[in-house]
Amino acid sequence: MDVSQYLSVFLDEAKEHLQSLNDNIMVLEQDPENEDCINEIFRSAHSMKGMAGTMGYTRMQNLTHDMEDVFSDVRAGKIKIKSADIDVLLQCLDAIQGYVDNITENQDEGTEEHQNIIKSLADIRNGVSGDGDAAPAAAPAAEAASGDGGDAAPGADGASDYRAIRLDPSVKSTLEEAKNQGKNIFGVTVHIQESCILKAARGFLVFKGLEEIGEIAVSDPTTQDIEDEKFEFTFSLILITDESKEKVEEIVKAVSEVESCDCGEFDPSGAKAAEDKEEAAPAASAAPAPAASAAPAAAAAPAANTPAPAAAGGGAGGKKPVGKPVVNRTVRVDIEKLDVLMNLVSELIIAKNSLISAANTSGVSNVNEQIEYLESVTTNLHESVMKVRMVPIESVLQKFPRMIRDLNKTLNKKMELTMTGEETEMDRTVVDEIGDPLMHLIRNSADHGIESAELRAQRGKPEVGQIFLHAYQDGNSVVIEVGDDGNGIDAEAVKNKAIEKGVVSPEQAALLTEKQCVELLFHPGFSTAKVVSEISGRGVGLDVVKSKVESLSGEVTVKTKLGEGSTWVIRLPLTLAIIQALMVVIGNEKYAIPLDSIQSIEDVNPADLKLVENKEVINLRGSVLPLIRLNEVLDTESTRSPDEDMVVVIARKGDQLAGLVIDELMGQQEIVIKPLGKYTNKCKLISGATILGDGEIALILDTNSIF
Amino acid sequence: MNELRDTADVGELIQYIVIKIDEEQYGINIKFIDNIVRMQQITRVPKVDDYLKGVINIRGEIVPVMSVRMKMGLAEEEITNKSRIIILKTSEGDLVGIIVDQVNQVLTLGSNNIEKVRYDDKKSKEETTFVSGVGHYDGGLVSILDLDAVVSEKEIKEKAASAS
Repeated sequence: MDVSQYLSVFLDEAKEHLQSLNDNIMVLEQDPENEDCINEIFRSAHSMKGMAGTMGYTRMQNLTHDMEDVFSDVRAGKIKIKSADIDVLLQCLDAIQGYVDNITENQDEGTEEHQNIIKSLADIRNGVSGDGDAAPAAAPAAEAASGDGGDAAPGADGASDYRAIRLDPSVKSTLEEAKNQGKNIFGVTVHIQESCILKAARGFLVFKGLEEIGEIAVSDPTTQDIEDEKFEFTFSLILITDESKEKVEEIVKAVSEVESCDCGEFDPSGAKAAEDKEEAAPAASAAPAPAASAAPAAAAAPAANTPAPAAAGGGAGGKKPVGKPVVNRTVRVDIEKLDVLMNLVSELIIAKNSLISAANTSGVSNVNEQIEYLESVTTNLHESVMKVRMVPIESVLQKFPRMIRDLNKTLNKKMELTMTGEETEMDRTVVDEIGDPLMHLIRNSADHGIESAELRAQRGKPEVGQIFLHAYQDGNSVVIEVGDDGNGIDAEAVKNKAIEKGVVSPEQAALLTEKQCVELLFHPGFSTAKVVSEISGRGVGLDVVKSKVESLSGEVTVKTKLGEGSTWVIRLPLTLAIIQALMVVIGNEKYAIPLDSIQSIEDVNPADLKLVENKEVINLRGSVLPLIRLNEVLDTESTRSPDEDMVVVIARKGDQLAGLVIDELMGQQEIVIKPLGKYTNKCKLISGATILGDGEIALILDTNSIF
Repeated sequence: MNELRDTADVGELIQYIVIKIDEEQYGINIKFIDNIVRMQQITRVPKVDDYLKGVINIRGEIVPVMSVRMKMGLAEEEITNKSRIIILKTSEGDLVGIIVDQVNQVLTLGSNNIEKVRYDDKKSKEETTFVSGVGHYDGGLVSILDLDAVVSEKEIKEKAASAS
């Protein structure tokens, strides 16, 4: 079977499951008795096994299978997870991650069998549970037996009735297990009106509705076929749920264009009864069920083993904390489709702008009302489209707790990571890119920031080092702070190192302020670690962080106090495509300056100009700023005479300020950033272009590259 | 019937837009042409090569415009009301505009009617670098523009390097 088309879905889901496993195992480490957690792990492992099997990745399937077995035993109360076991489980996840990575790269899982992990997993099972060996023997036997039952349902293909659904052995055992846990199992056959045009959509709605109240064990035809409309007007499914039959019927019938719905209790072990198409009486079906599952097990294994599964079933059934699995209800949308949507909105904004300029020139005043309405519509549309592109930053933060746990061991330091603001949302493209820089910073904190235990004790700090990550929205930007309560940055050490590395000359270094010294850390090829460790200190890191953040139009700064810790602050724009800008005229050309980078606008009398080192400066409320004449930078003639007052835009870059001399102010406007075409994008001063209301193009000045 | 026989003789038929640059006629394969627009205000972009005249707005997209004349080493064009900007679609799908003095006609040429320019010839005269072949038609000869050479960035760099 060609499964390549499912590969991306498989990989996405595998990653989600891995993440959930990672999270839950970490929770389990703190709270080994957490049943929800164990159930969740079991479910994830089970799904992974199934997926890997379907895709033909047998090694991955074997490994996940063994892991599932461990949790199956844990769930049954046969064994308890000890902290040593957690390491093995995490190793196992890493190995699975390895498979997934391999598959991502070349669609092949690789040849590593991970026998040692498989053995360790087996040890976990054997170590505590005496009857561990026998249990697996019993399980296949039970499966085989039930498999026979399933296969016995003859000619059930293409069935239009749930009673004729053919069961896989695995599905069958799932059903039996669910039944043992005291859940209701219903067969549902849905007839859709023959006049229905979008059968697949109706089918989807039925599935969606039912998945909210339970789990759909199997369907006929398969979900994929239903989505592709490969079915007549009837489909059947088997549902595991806590709800009543009436509720199920109600949900199905709530979907429009459903003609009728045939719903009844389904007995997994009584699948043979499907032949007569008679709904087995509930009483009659209940009886064979336990018998069917118990008997083969008893036959295959010593009698001593049979109580175990029974007890397990009973135990789980009794507590039964089974809600619906906590999964984000998300729709995966192709980012290209969003881009198209985004472009449309951009067009709309351009249209709005041209209306405004038309109204201004023709002087029709009652258009204004309409324009205001259009403005509010476009603003809302813009916001909602942006929101579609926004994803919580959580997805990149998830891997950090695990990373810190591992670093605890490798660095032999005690550290704890606190994160807040995981729900802060950012543009998808930014979120995808920001993971690596954040990882660098956290590793940096762990490696260089947090002191050794002895030093911490000397300084009277708590034994466990604190590393924190706070994300929050601040106006039009998102701020992410990463910091620690460790050593802080020793500006002198940085300076000496910089001199040693030839980054600055000793003379230059002498003039540097403490802050400037610290900023030397961002210089390419700089690393202060005395010993190069595997965690950091490869000489890449901070400069990569800086260039990455800047490529996302953000900035990174650092606050530090020697002996008390340091905090790295990353500030990123919320959105990249549409910004507020100040429109200005330089020479006879129109330019846009992003509003974020503007501090204020001043009128300056040419007489107030001073010369410092042959450069023009102005004194603005006590601070001296360099003055840059934009017409010179942009090779154009100023339209102002030299003795007129100058209009100066005070621009900000980090904490530096500079005055940019322009000829005329046009006003503030929301502009859509368009990339400059090929060839012309070489100009560093221009970060893009925008189309004005009258169709004219204005270039967007990148003030960061001007000074 | 006649037409059919002709087709067989001349090979694959390709339509060319014939334009005038300086006093010479050039043909551009129609499949590379996205659009032909009248001269319009070109927004200058600072700090780029001279022959890049700036950018224009084509259906909401920012499209760079270059002067073929300047790229070919000729004098800068005089803009008349016959001047046009031909919007070309490069093989990578980018749009690039070139300014031409005049658009004359559409010409259908068979591939057998086009004589390829030999490599030696190309080397000898600088401006022929931009010509991939010469087409024969009733009215005379037309040089077929080598658009890759006209719009390629690599070429630009080499030329810029050799110029400086």
